[in-house]
Amino acid sequence: MAAALKLLRQAPLTAKFGLLVIFTYIFVALFAPAIAPYGETEVVGQEYEESSPEFLLGTDNLGRDMLTRLVYGARNTVGIAFVTTCLAFLVGGILGLLASTLGGWVDLGLGRVVDVLMAIPQLIFALMILTIVGTSVTSLVLVIALLDSTRVFRLARAVSMNIVVMEYVEAAKLRGEGLWWIIRHEILPNIMPPLVAEFGLRFCFVFLFISALSFLGLGIQPPTADWGSMVRDNATLITYGITTPLLPAGAIALLTVGVNFVVDWFLHKTSGLKE
Amino acid sequence: MAQILKMVGQRLLLGLLTLFVVSLIIFLGVELLPGDLAQAILGQAATPETVAAFRRELKLDLPAYERYFEWLGGMLQGDFGRSLANQREISELLGARLENTLFLAALAAVISVPLALTLGILAALYRNTLYDRTVNVVTLTSISFPEFFVAYILILFLAIQAGVFPSISNIGPDIGFWERVYRTMLPALTLTLVVVAHMMRMTRAAIINLLASPYIEMARLKGLSPSRIIIHHALPNALAPIINVVVLNIAYLIVGVVVVEVVFVYPGLGQLLVDSVSKRDLPVVQACSLVFAMTFILLNLLADVLSIVTNPRLLHPR
Repeated sequence: MAAALKLLRQAPLTAKFGLLVIFTYIFVALFAPAIAPYGETEVVGQEYEESSPEFLLGTDNLGRDMLTRLVYGARNTVGIAFVTTCLAFLVGGILGLLASTLGGWVDLGLGRVVDVLMAIPQLIFALMILTIVGTSVTSLVLVIALLDSTRVFRLARAVSMNIVVMEYVEAAKLRGEGLWWIIRHEILPNIMPPLVAEFGLRFCFVFLFISALSFLGLGIQPPTADWGSMVRDNATLITYGITTPLLPAGAIALLTVGVNFVVDWFLHKTSGLKE
Repeated sequence: MAQILKMVGQRLLLGLLTLFVVSLIIFLGVELLPGDLAQAILGQAATPETVAAFRRELKLDLPAYERYFEWLGGMLQGDFGRSLANQREISELLGARLENTLFLAALAAVISVPLALTLGILAALYRNTLYDRTVNVVTLTSISFPEFFVAYILILFLAIQAGVFPSISNIGPDIGFWERVYRTMLPALTLTLVVVAHMMRMTRAAIINLLASPYIEMARLKGLSPSRIIIHHALPNALAPIINVVVLNIAYLIVGVVVVEVVFVYPGLGQLLVDSVSKRDLPVVQACSLVFAMTFILLNLLADVLSIVTNPRLLHPR
């Protein structure tokens, strides 16, 4: 605990800022119902009301409180992006580890499938699949997790390739340890730092991707409060010089900046790079 | 020379194979849909007669391989079929829009590539100074911004408050070149801000990597002038990674325009794609996806070939 605190004190300003942002978002997401002044989909006033003591940030295109939607958006947008990233890591990570430990045909086959999936631009691929399966949160999570697992697969395979050839892995194999035991006890602990950093970067990417899809009206569907679609719904206000629709977009940007800063610091710490 | 030709030939073959597989995926994606496609699109309320008629129209009653070759053959001859939503020829819809999208991407590339290279080289030369650190933080931040955020900030400041550029890109066939550039400026600037960061960081990394290598040190010890070192010794070797990242970003520009086109109501291919996805207009989505995927793959191929051709180690074999 003391060591962690010391490490934190030594962190650069950008990393501290990033950590502060991340913890604020987690707090808001967890206690959204307690923080928000109104219900998530409750219509409480006229359309496009300006900010007042009653509605701190005004109301949206249907007369719902902007602040409330913003707070619930932390829960929905960030939550869905987090679940998607976890799923992508589960699929991509396991397949990548299997490909590197088993080698041979498994490696070759998985590698070619991933090559083809990565040859098509991600956004185009996602749009195409969403046309076919329709836009629901489940299909959104599954599609993006699948597309992103290809990147995780590449990284997991590449870093564990370096570990698989080590003597201690060879020794464990000769001892007769099972595949899972070797992966869990010998390989995984050694490839954790790059994977953790990649988790942060992937999360940012997935988060931006889902926001972009929602902004296009093809991601998280109404009435669920979500930052991407909030920008889309209230964008007309910007042409009158009112900046409230920029707040959800800013919220997205702030979180990705925060995560990027922390990942940058983490990479610097674990790789010992001093350029 | 023979070695280079062989490597380029290999890449070209691989690229063609990828194109073929991708076209197969775009076609098969629709086939893999569980249940009946016609039913899924028309919804539960459709009568069996309309479903049957719709199946005939999409030629779903033919076997899949026959339809694939017919579809692919049509595409190669510029016949993309008809839109489900308004029965118009898809090639008619695509033509002008593809040109608009390419124009937007080209304009963004003309602004962003020189800017990114200059910033990157400067950051490499003055590394670990205040300038380098500032550029580093600014680019890290701008990578993190969603495209529509950048777009709306630009609209707010440049279109609404300053009134310099129009906030909606109203492009018609009858406007002049400079008027067109003027109306496309805001979307192009948005794209520039999105891609400059990545290109600049890669350029910086490529040059820093090289400046640390022994042969540059040797050149410096021989007493060569800094400009000669950079132009004759460092640049030829840094060219491959830089060309690579530039071409990849141009590929990104052409494909990544979707969101930006929607914000600025720019009549491009991305807008058409998004509209068709929300209408579930499958033939148009397939055609747009194929055009985007082809452009993306061809540019990737170009990046590969260019980095082989400009590699000094291959040009002057021992």
